[in-house]
Amino acid sequence: MTPLLKVENLSIAFRTRNGEVTALHDVSFEVGAGEVVGVVGESGSGKSVSAYTTIGLLDQAGRVAGGSVSYDGKPLLGQQRPLRGREISMIFQNPRAALNPIMTVGQQLSDVLKRHALAGRTDAKSKAIDLLRQVQINDPEERYNAYPFELSGGMCQRVMIALALACSPRLLIADEPTTGLDVTTQKTTMDLMRELTRARGMSVVLITHDLGMAAEYCDRIVVMEKGRVVESAPVRQLFTAPRHPYTQKLIAASPGPDSRLEDLTRGQLEAPAKITPTPQNRPGPDRLLEVVNLVKEFPRRGTGFFGRKPAPFRAVDGISFELRRGESLGLVGESGCGKSTTSSIIARLQDATSGSVIFDGHDILHHPAQRFAKMPQRGQVQMVFQDSHDSLDPRWSAADVIAQPLRRIMGMKDAGELSRRTAMLAEMVGLPGELLSRYPHQLSGGQKARVNIARAIATDPLLLILDEPTSALDVSVQAVVLQLLDRLRRELGMSYIFVSHDLNVVRLLCERTIVMNRGKIVEEGSAEQVLHAPRDPYTQKLVAAIPHFEPEKLRVS
Amino acid sequence: MEKLSRIFGRIVQAVPPVFGVILITFLLTRALPGDPAVFFAGLMADEDTIAQIRAELGLDHSLPVQFLYYLRDLLHGDLGNSLSTGRPVLTELMSRLPASLELTLAGLLLSMAIAIPLGVLAATRPGSWVDHLCRVLVTAGVSLPTFFTGLFLIYIFYYLLGWAPSPLGRLDFLYLSPPQVTGFYSIDAALAGDWEVFWASLRQMILPAITLSLFALAPIARMTRAAMLAALSGEYVRTARANGLGGARVIWVYAFRNAALPVLTTLGMVFSFLLGANVLVEKVFSWPGIGSYAIGALVASDYAAVQGFVLCMALLFVVVNLFIDVVLTLIDPRIGLES
Amino acid sequence: MAATLAAPLTRLRYTLSGNPLTAVGFGLFALMIFLALFGPAIAPYDPLATRAVNALQPPSWAHPFGTDHLGRDVFSRVIVATRLDLGIALSAVALSFVIGSALGCLAGFFGGWADRIIGRMSDTIMAFPLFVLAMGVVATMGNTVENVIYATAVINLPFYIRVARAEVAVRRNAGYVQAARLSGSSSLRILATQLFPNVLPPMMVQISLNLGWAILNAAGLSFIGLGVRPPSAEWGIMVAEGASYIISGEWWLALFPGTALMLAVFCFNLMGDGLRDLVDPTRRT
Repeated sequence: MTPLLKVENLSIAFRTRNGEVTALHDVSFEVGAGEVVGVVGESGSGKSVSAYTTIGLLDQAGRVAGGSVSYDGKPLLGQQRPLRGREISMIFQNPRAALNPIMTVGQQLSDVLKRHALAGRTDAKSKAIDLLRQVQINDPEERYNAYPFELSGGMCQRVMIALALACSPRLLIADEPTTGLDVTTQKTTMDLMRELTRARGMSVVLITHDLGMAAEYCDRIVVMEKGRVVESAPVRQLFTAPRHPYTQKLIAASPGPDSRLEDLTRGQLEAPAKITPTPQNRPGPDRLLEVVNLVKEFPRRGTGFFGRKPAPFRAVDGISFELRRGESLGLVGESGCGKSTTSSIIARLQDATSGSVIFDGHDILHHPAQRFAKMPQRGQVQMVFQDSHDSLDPRWSAADVIAQPLRRIMGMKDAGELSRRTAMLAEMVGLPGELLSRYPHQLSGGQKARVNIARAIATDPLLLILDEPTSALDVSVQAVVLQLLDRLRRELGMSYIFVSHDLNVVRLLCERTIVMNRGKIVEEGSAEQVLHAPRDPYTQKLVAAIPHFEPEKLRVS
Repeated sequence: MEKLSRIFGRIVQAVPPVFGVILITFLLTRALPGDPAVFFAGLMADEDTIAQIRAELGLDHSLPVQFLYYLRDLLHGDLGNSLSTGRPVLTELMSRLPASLELTLAGLLLSMAIAIPLGVLAATRPGSWVDHLCRVLVTAGVSLPTFFTGLFLIYIFYYLLGWAPSPLGRLDFLYLSPPQVTGFYSIDAALAGDWEVFWASLRQMILPAITLSLFALAPIARMTRAAMLAALSGEYVRTARANGLGGARVIWVYAFRNAALPVLTTLGMVFSFLLGANVLVEKVFSWPGIGSYAIGALVASDYAAVQGFVLCMALLFVVVNLFIDVVLTLIDPRIGLES
Repeated sequence: MAATLAAPLTRLRYTLSGNPLTAVGFGLFALMIFLALFGPAIAPYDPLATRAVNALQPPSWAHPFGTDHLGRDVFSRVIVATRLDLGIALSAVALSFVIGSALGCLAGFFGGWADRIIGRMSDTIMAFPLFVLAMGVVATMGNTVENVIYATAVINLPFYIRVARAEVAVRRNAGYVQAARLSGSSSLRILATQLFPNVLPPMMVQISLNLGWAILNAAGLSFIGLGVRPPSAEWGIMVAEGASYIISGEWWLALFPGTALMLAVFCFNLMGDGLRDLVDPTRRT
């Protein structure tokens, strides 16, 4: 039987300022009828390029340098135009931007239906509403007239699915369809997509960086690295007996519910720093931080036409918790749950509406955030942000960034001392000394994360707040950074508040976990207990939504 | 209903700029060095006239009270009397406004008719000759001083080639102006069925309108091209293509409608420049609009007339911006709502 | 702390080699600076010396740009005028850049009342057709060169306020600004060391594009008789004086000063476009 899609020795080259760069080298894979194939790889692996070539939407700078793609036994390259939508369609990440912002979702659906002559002027609307119903959108008649900005991200992605399935194509390409969505939304969206494509007997190419998701939704997986296919195998075989070293590394680095920190790099721990800082004797009460009844409200911008102001939005709704000296606490929840607001209030970057944050015996909320830079506690509470690139001023070198707190908080002036101390900090976070003179755009993602961590520990803080520090990193880099953070905590005797949406990652680094939902704490307990025996219904839903790849649970395909 | 309330919201938002405009025009004359009454009275006035004018203008009151008087006069349509003609400034401005508007609108429409298709073509065919033409026009166009282009169009088409009529006014003295309906000679002549006058008025208008449109061409084409390029590389256009929608529909319905939003916003700015350029073009072509009226008033130090002119132009511009805002509100569902 | 000097320089070289027009722009700018500095010294004739017998001579070897209605050498007048035109534009733009970027940075960084007041101010200026406002300002404040500079500065102000405000507001909550707070920097220090250097490149683009516009405005004002008075040599006035001779065919009176004006504006626009590519290659238009 001929496969539905056959990619053979495909090579793609891109024109750049520095001449042509080959993005794909001899890539081959097949997609059978009704099969779901996952294309997995880290950033820069070329996983999306093959898909864009297939559907004929490759960037103008790219060109096919060799190989072929055939669809249903016929050559496809250059012939995609009449097939798009009808035979092959695609859904993208960031669904809200992928829908036309000034057209209602219903019009966009009708447009596609009319284009493929599946509906006339009279029945386009009813057919579009029917499609919306099929993707389980409530009140489809009303949503027909909604604009994308009026819908949530998950809803927009369902509209995208409806658009892609409108003409019942036989092949669907999904490019990171749920990246950026919350885990629970991710699960419902993916389940819906699986259900609809299975019912229609469609083939699916799922492009993702998330091995767990690939394991859960695919029959076969193609692993890509640097523009090459390194391994292609049925899902069970790939996870139970990965052959290629890169696949093995990738699988190990993806944290599962039972993995240990040292497993992530298969026992190969990074060489510890040559400089072992003297563990510090830091006297003080055992309770380092106490958050009492913390509230943060944001005024809602309303239509206040007749003086009626809408009730303010409570991002943080009266939460209380404690943190012991040397403890590591996970703060978990989905976007909008208030975890980031809480952490930035504790880091004194934002003011609270009410409540208190008692740090080392002092209520640090007494000092407004604007003036906290000059308080003695500034050096003791530090923070690392999610986006390691955005956290670095494009005009400052790594050394300047690390030296900044030394100058401003520690008051160091002597150039020699500054550079000695900066070099030492770089050594501690495993940043090669010769990179210190580089600027952000000359550093890799992992290196930028290290610069940010070095900046944060420069003042020897007692409390380090980590706001999703690894969520933008590739899994293999994440593994190393997590190990680094764990080592630093032990060596420097810091306490951590680790903010994350990923319970698996939190469990690796934290002893205790707090789960937040809608500004409130819904569950608190040891990290193991929260992940393996959640009590609160919301936590249960959250845990159930995490895509896993436990080999014993995998389907036999 | 919802759209109406959003449009009403836009109109309410136009109130502060109008107030600001009135306040500044008021302050402009009150900030005159020395005694405004002397200026308003003119160079030839004697002590008594000045004192009389001072009382008339309410200059013996405090500044806020004076402002209230000014507002009251404005509400009555009283902009003062022109020094040189002695007639009310408002009447003079109103009689000359249609001439300016006709010319400015003709220039704007002409430039839009050329620049928008050019920008769209350039964006859909990057690297082609249309794209290069667009780039050259855009860079050269913004560098042209209007008064200079106007003069050289006259030199070439009137002096050298003799194709254009003499650059004096709206209508050759051989013709009588058509009966006034809109005040736009071309439209009024067409309404009256007087095609000879219609063509004559168009012939007079063609050179100044081209001068203005050359000036407005560059910013519109630049913005259209940039906005189209941005829209065409937008993710929603990619989605439309992935779902099989074809060339023309993607370009005009998906890309162009989105690109129209920044282009419309630019049109407001362009209109502001055009109103300024209009003053220069009116001088070059002896066009009897409010621009040449203002220049005459400047030479004669006729401050009430200048003040009226500035206010009139500013209010006109506020109205145009309001119109553009309303159109934007109708196209873009996101405006005026918080998500 | 020092910004990378090497990277922008290589990019400058790249942009110049990839876009010869930008190089032309920079070359013209250098020529203009030279003429502004040494114009009076190299002009062959006294720009103000009238010789009635010599009036309205077409271009010749003795007078490459011809002579005007008073017999003055147009070539010398065009050269000498560079200093005045460039001077007006540069001082007006410098004034509006300093005031506008300071106000814009404050509005963008602190938000709240400062933002609202500054925003209203620039909105009110923008509610006028700008050239008309400049006319009004010069007409009422007095017909002098200084007032032309002030008027041009006022009408340019909103552009700087808007650019600075937008660029600062985008970066106000950037990770590196937060990180600088964590590192103990005060608000003003952050504004000065983190935000302003990052806002400067887009401001430079604005400056370059604005210079052309400022020259056009000043020349336009003197064309209608505001600001510079005869017999001073200034491009706008020279075009105005030549305007009445166009209809009788004496084209050189207006052509040469007009072309000089056009080239000046053209040069600033080319530089602005080049700088824009340099600052943000993705926004190439």
